Amino acid sequence: MKKFGVGQSVERAEDARLLLGEGRYTDDIVPANALRLFVLRSPHAHAKILSIDKTASLESKGVAGILTGVDADEDDLGGFPSLVPSNAPDGSGPNFAPPFSVIARDIVRYAGEPVAIVMADTLDQAKDAAELIKVEYAPLTAVVSLADADKPGMPSIWPECPDNNDSLGVFGDKAAVEEAFSKAASIHSIDVRVSRVAVSPMEPRVATGVWNEAEGRYELTAGVQSPHMTRTQLAACIFKVPPSKVRVRALDVGGGFGLKGVPHPELALVMWAARRLGRPVHWFSERSEGFLSDCHSRDHISHCDLALDEDARIVGLKFNSRANLGAYISLAGMHCAQGNIGHLSGVYTTPAIYAEVRAYFTNTVPIASYRGAGRPEALVVLERAMDAAAFDLGMDPAELRRRNLIQPEQMPYDTGFQFTYDSGDYPVSQTKAQEAADWAGFEKRRAEALRRGKLRGIGMGHVVEIASGMRDEMGEIEIEADGSVTFSTGFHNHGQGQETTMRQLISEFLAVPPEKIRMKDCDTDVQNFGLGSAGSRAAAVGGALIKTLSEKVIEKAKIIAAIPLETDAAQIEFVDGTFNARGTNKTATFAEVAALAHNPMGLPDGFDGGLAHKQIVRPGGPTFPNGCHICEVEIDPETGELDAIGYWVCEDVGRSINPMIVKGQIHGGVAQGLGQIFGEFIEFDREGQLLTGSFMDYQMPRALDIPHITTISHDVPSPNNPLGIKGAGESGTVGAMPAGLNAVCDALKPLGIRHFDMPASPHRLWKAIHDAGGIDAICKPTEAA
Amino acid sequence: MYPFDYHRAGNVADTLTLRASLADARFLAGGMSLLPMMKLRFASTPNIIDLRDCEELRGIEASYEVVRIGAMTRHVDVAASADVQAAIPALAKLAAGIGDPMVRARGTMGGSIANFDPAACYPAACLALGATIQTTGGDIEADEFFIGVFETALKDGELVTGAEFPIPDAAAYAKFRHPASRFALVGVFVARFGELVRVAVTGASRSGAFRWAAAEDALTESFSIRSLEGLKMDHSEMNGDIHGDNEYRAHLVEVMTRRAVLETLESAPAA
Repeated sequence: MKKFGVGQSVERAEDARLLLGEGRYTDDIVPANALRLFVLRSPHAHAKILSIDKTASLESKGVAGILTGVDADEDDLGGFPSLVPSNAPDGSGPNFAPPFSVIARDIVRYAGEPVAIVMADTLDQAKDAAELIKVEYAPLTAVVSLADADKPGMPSIWPECPDNNDSLGVFGDKAAVEEAFSKAASIHSIDVRVSRVAVSPMEPRVATGVWNEAEGRYELTAGVQSPHMTRTQLAACIFKVPPSKVRVRALDVGGGFGLKGVPHPELALVMWAARRLGRPVHWFSERSEGFLSDCHSRDHISHCDLALDEDARIVGLKFNSRANLGAYISLAGMHCAQGNIGHLSGVYTTPAIYAEVRAYFTNTVPIASYRGAGRPEALVVLERAMDAAAFDLGMDPAELRRRNLIQPEQMPYDTGFQFTYDSGDYPVSQTKAQEAADWAGFEKRRAEALRRGKLRGIGMGHVVEIASGMRDEMGEIEIEADGSVTFSTGFHNHGQGQETTMRQLISEFLAVPPEKIRMKDCDTDVQNFGLGSAGSRAAAVGGALIKTLSEKVIEKAKIIAAIPLETDAAQIEFVDGTFNARGTNKTATFAEVAALAHNPMGLPDGFDGGLAHKQIVRPGGPTFPNGCHICEVEIDPETGELDAIGYWVCEDVGRSINPMIVKGQIHGGVAQGLGQIFGEFIEFDREGQLLTGSFMDYQMPRALDIPHITTISHDVPSPNNPLGIKGAGESGTVGAMPAGLNAVCDALKPLGIRHFDMPASPHRLWKAIHDAGGIDAICKPTEAA
Repeated sequence: MYPFDYHRAGNVADTLTLRASLADARFLAGGMSLLPMMKLRFASTPNIIDLRDCEELRGIEASYEVVRIGAMTRHVDVAASADVQAAIPALAKLAAGIGDPMVRARGTMGGSIANFDPAACYPAACLALGATIQTTGGDIEADEFFIGVFETALKDGELVTGAEFPIPDAAAYAKFRHPASRFALVGVFVARFGELVRVAVTGASRSGAFRWAAAEDALTESFSIRSLEGLKMDHSEMNGDIHGDNEYRAHLVEVMTRRAVLETLESAPAA
């Protein structure tokens, strides 16, 4: 194992820069002559725009221009498409997919939708001018509730979709499931509400647009996870120009979590305004603006029926769900609704699965990805159904799971539903997690807590999730004449530590020390293709990519090394950074070969100099990181306050490039999953006005709300890529949601409560306990003296 | 933020002269409430008068009977004060639980009571301890000072200079934090002066911090949690929102009162 290679917990290369304030976030590098853009947003969730009068505001100090939907029509400005197709509810064809509009035309469909943009020398001037814009609205009834979206009498958000039900996704084998259910020994049903949440990255969304008059093209610097995909959408769908007419780059970005993988209106608006006004245009979201206009996530209402035989083995699973899309379908909206439904198979052998997912329009900001992006929406329901079945049968939920786990010798395992799992040892993960959490000793702890008047619960959640589903990626390795390495990829580092892990990979394969490795910006001008960092893919796909690129560089270097070593390239081996001619004591260092490669005078005539290599790779199938999560909580029945006692996870991310970074990914993921279970939720009033529009009302977890997280590794390398890497980005969140919710429900179990919906906020917990008769029903706390 | 003119003077007298010269102005203490509202354009003023140079508004003095805290004394200084910790530990604990470290390093006692946020912690302490609020217009008893949500007895141009907190025999503050904002969803301050008990509640009511007379009577009769049995807080006056309906808040008032009494008993058992 090399000092800086794969498997080492080396410190993160990017941290010093970021912690010393030397990062280059988009807001740090705004061009000096940039105008500030302010978005005037709709105060109504649903209304007709009757007129917009910008006369007074245009005369306001510092204003360079004001643009509205009328101007957008003039310029034929498009909207962002939905990337995932589905079917119309009646099966008559594809679903209706209105583009995600970047500025409202005649109707506003969610509170916060852009209605006008004001560009001025300063942000305050832009805000002052925006206050002078007179917009006349005719309010319409808003469709706010997902549950009621298709109730009779509800207005239609889109005439093409009268009952607001946009699509029906049907998955699996209905007949097989009906057959299984008809023979089942027991059927266990559960309804689970997967709450709506705000992603809230530390760095809000941000964008700077420049119109390059000389080249006649748009340039964007923005906080995005995938500059290349963003460019594709902007060029093809917004501006309708060839991709070469748009440049997108992302420098330092403070957290993406899926949100910044989905293009939002402001990206297009800064570029459009820059072209219209001939000056750079900069926009930086305020936090409250982010709550209003960042795509939200999750928001499903699901029903699940689990059929078991007399040995409590799963024979069939039925799933029926309503998914919120918001007012438009974002790039990933349908993906979150239906694209990850395959996760219903979980870690269990389930012979028959059938699922129906209906997606609905509502007058709310569109739904998009958030760490997991459809995975937790499916898995939290499955894992709750497992606990509900255990509740009904009076069984230990760990034992019910153990009986149904896919065994390691069954790998690769075709679930018969959507996925074929690559590898994993689920029983061992469960055993290790149970031992670490002292699962066996829990009932003693519950009894001890009850004597103190507290309700204690433990919950388990198994996660298995698809990673590196998007397999293609481009990269380039360039070698300088001194042997130092510069490389680029389409991955974008927005906190995952990829500047470190990618360096480790290069160091592993080219034996170059880290200080001689430079990573280029993620920029469509650096390379023309990339899929970005999303879906837990960068480690697995990046590993295969850098291995391939390195091998190609070494292959060429051997041909060059053969010249001074006076042998044939086939006789050369590359060991620890040195080229050796077999059977001789002749060697050449990597730096010597690099120097020769860049000295055409020293190369034979007609020989191609240089050592760069660039290509797109596509590793084998997707990978399936997995793990067993256990959470323990204690609830104060008097107040409903929840104390998270402990958290244990045995994870399998395959081979890890940097175990410290993997742990960090698990910790962060768990915190985001528990955040949703313990208190995060987005709420609107009946008119569609956001009630949780700031951190004063949105319950973002604090560090002290998150318990100590013990991570244990039981990594089974994936056979689907040459390094055996699976990925670590999302499994923490996907596992924490069911583990956390099962722990809460288990704490409430002695009160006869079978299910409790997230979030487990104090008020909701107290009410549930109170309505169930309170803790006095099950015990008398020791009399106070 | 809307534009405003920024002023400051070196002492209270000059500050008042400055204030009198301006038609419309607001005093700025720590700025932990006013500035966020201004940044959101929910509040605006043509003139800000920063009190930072009024050195005489800072400081803590303790005698046998009272603790006096200057208006510009920051929460972190109250929390860390050996005098406050010795004389009224519940008050030091209250200050240590306000906001986060950044808020405590900027926010001031005077700013908190002059602002009278319905979920602020200090007003509960003032009411339960029977504090005297000192202003440039004279002394005002806490019971007269707090009028309604964000409304106090302060007249236009009048400035809080400090508060005198009588030292109780024992006291405790039990706060149930709002899960998002960490203000008091319900905070109950209980103070015992000999037989006399005062109970003040913040966060819960629609009209700001208030004294719970029924609890005071019951606890003055006998200072024990038994005295609270069967005592119900009327929930019709309670605040209700997505983090707690009025029934929950009323219930929390009862629970937090009981906990504050228990803590008071632990700190100084009744004779």
